[in-house]
Amino acid sequence: MLSRLASPRTGGLLALAIVIALLPLALANKYFYDIAVLVGLNAIVCVGLNLLIGYAGQISLGHAGFFGLGAYGSAILASRYGWPPLAAMLTTTLAVAALAYLVGRPILRLKGHYLAMATLGMGIIVYMVITTEDRFTGGPDGIAVVPFSIGGFVLQGERIWYWVVGVLLLAAVWLALNLIESPTGRALRALHSSEVGAEVVGINAAEHKLLVFVISAVFASVAGSLAAHYSGFVTPGKVAFLHSIELVTMVVFGGMASIFGAVVGAAALTTLPQLLTVFEDYEMMVFGAVMMGTMIFLPRGVVPSMARLFQTRRNASSDDRAGSA
Amino acid sequence: MKSTQATTSIKRGFAAIAATLALFSASAVAQEPIKIGAFLSVTGGAAFLGDPEQKTLELYVAKVNAAGGVLGRKLQLVAYDSAGDAEKARTFTKRLIEQDKVDVIVGGSTTGETMAVVPLVEAAQIPFISLAGAVVIIEPVKKWVFKTPHTDRMACEKIFIDMQSRKFSKVAMISGPGGFDKSMHGQCLGVAKKYGIEVVADETYGGGDTDMTAQLTKIKNTAGVQAVLNAGFGQGPAIVTKNYRQIGITMPLYQSHGVASKEFIKLAGAAAEGVRLPAAALLVADALPASDPQRSVVVNYRNEYESHFKSEVSTFGGHAYDGLMIVVEAMKKAGGTDKAKVRDAIEATHGFMGTAGVFNMSATDHMGLDLSAFRMLEVKGGNWTLVK
Repeated sequence: MLSRLASPRTGGLLALAIVIALLPLALANKYFYDIAVLVGLNAIVCVGLNLLIGYAGQISLGHAGFFGLGAYGSAILASRYGWPPLAAMLTTTLAVAALAYLVGRPILRLKGHYLAMATLGMGIIVYMVITTEDRFTGGPDGIAVVPFSIGGFVLQGERIWYWVVGVLLLAAVWLALNLIESPTGRALRALHSSEVGAEVVGINAAEHKLLVFVISAVFASVAGSLAAHYSGFVTPGKVAFLHSIELVTMVVFGGMASIFGAVVGAAALTTLPQLLTVFEDYEMMVFGAVMMGTMIFLPRGVVPSMARLFQTRRNASSDDRAGSA
Repeated sequence: MKSTQATTSIKRGFAAIAATLALFSASAVAQEPIKIGAFLSVTGGAAFLGDPEQKTLELYVAKVNAAGGVLGRKLQLVAYDSAGDAEKARTFTKRLIEQDKVDVIVGGSTTGETMAVVPLVEAAQIPFISLAGAVVIIEPVKKWVFKTPHTDRMACEKIFIDMQSRKFSKVAMISGPGGFDKSMHGQCLGVAKKYGIEVVADETYGGGDTDMTAQLTKIKNTAGVQAVLNAGFGQGPAIVTKNYRQIGITMPLYQSHGVASKEFIKLAGAAAEGVRLPAAALLVADALPASDPQRSVVVNYRNEYESHFKSEVSTFGGHAYDGLMIVVEAMKKAGGTDKAKVRDAIEATHGFMGTAGVFNMSATDHMGLDLSAFRMLEVKGGNWTLVK
């Protein structure tokens, strides 16, 4: 029983559920709820992106593109053409999945810097299309989005969104945890260590990489659709290259190949700019210092480095006991 | 004996504490500051807007306080850097409303940021003066949203009126890829007909382009073009101007208010001679005749800003000045910070002379500027001159 709780699939998920359930006690007003919702939405993207970067070892500098396509797809279908938001979101998600599949097939053959370049290029193309096609997207000034509604029920207000995003984040984490503990997950980790080695033991590397690329794109697209409905407004800033970098930074900061690391990274990087406003003009400097400090002292990311530290301490103390006995 | 002494001293102590508390709370009521909330793009791509805006707000909040504040209360500026990001703008606005509980919001350097927070301020019923350009902010009218900068549509109209007076009716447009360029391009096409102007050629260039000869050659070879209008921002218009002269086009060239700074003349050099553009009076403060009612306002603001920050004044900071001063006047008129009353007072702003022009707001016009806010300028001898 205890050993089952200690495994991330039950213990970690339970811990996350408790945090989500208890957090509202500390949220004094709508502003704090707003931050929590943004953390949740970013965390969903990062959990997906982490499958790609952390587990499969493939970089993507274009995920803001998928996020943005999700956001704009929902915005355009629901607000301009009056589709029901849920149908708009599902259609958009399917379209993004298909696009990720088509784009992923050729570019995932590339490795390292070349893959980074290709995904970067993809993101920039999406950005350019969105800023130029202003008849549909509103151009650089953005587009207003209707609130999310299912049937006659309209999702509005930070508190309702908090629970919706909380449940979706739990679902995303649960899906990701199950995926990496499945044969597919093991295959992904194998091809992360050595693609050639993985192919030798019969893993179809190309197919697995493509699968995880599509999954991460779907996570980003869904989060994008929700973010658009939640904010009520989308601008191309969410599709820009800088946002892609921000997402990758969240994953690296929290810890690669750690699902909960992605959540922690998203939480840290979303709340830090809010906390650092006290430094006024020095805000960005302090932000940079925090990032550098974390990478120097916790090089594997916050969660894995902490876990390791904890592990070695525990091992050391059990060694002591063994020695004295 | 001793004990009574002790009790009296304790009593005295209590009395002293009570007195201080009373004094403190009394002064707290009297001096509870009026909170002005702001979210501005101080860093990032739109920093050229947010930076002078923030500096201006800081400078003039300090000046208003030095002069005794508003209604006996000091102003307190709560400003956040939204870095041109609509999402951040939204979060900071929530923070201003929910956490800081500000009395009024002046901010929103870009149209995207402004439009992203409009639903919030409308729901929270708090007066909001935007510092962004586009017409969509005030059309349709939103109850709690106002703005101080002139719109790009007004720039188009000013240019077209000038073209009309020079008997031009066939015009070519060339525009860039940015938000400003695109918005102005759309607005110009929209109002062209009203002034009997026909746009016979419509070219665009990219963000990083360093040569626009191809587009200009196409315009040159279009039959019947009488003048060219460049809706652009940043470096593009300077390159257009240079190429324009290089390929020997002699038709009049119009630029937008987006390049109304000395920088443009420096970049375009001799090619800028004869270029016309609409601009706020602030840029030609010294060229204004002494009889101009706007002269004292713009000269004062420019002198204050430039002596304080040792950098050249821009119209963007001027918009923040206008916004803050309209709010201060409205609060004086409303006799307090009651949000609904302040909103009504802002809407009733009449004859207020700002750096952008005379503001006459109404229930149907939440900007209140007319075309007189723009002056038509022409580059002569490497400097701006007023077109009579």
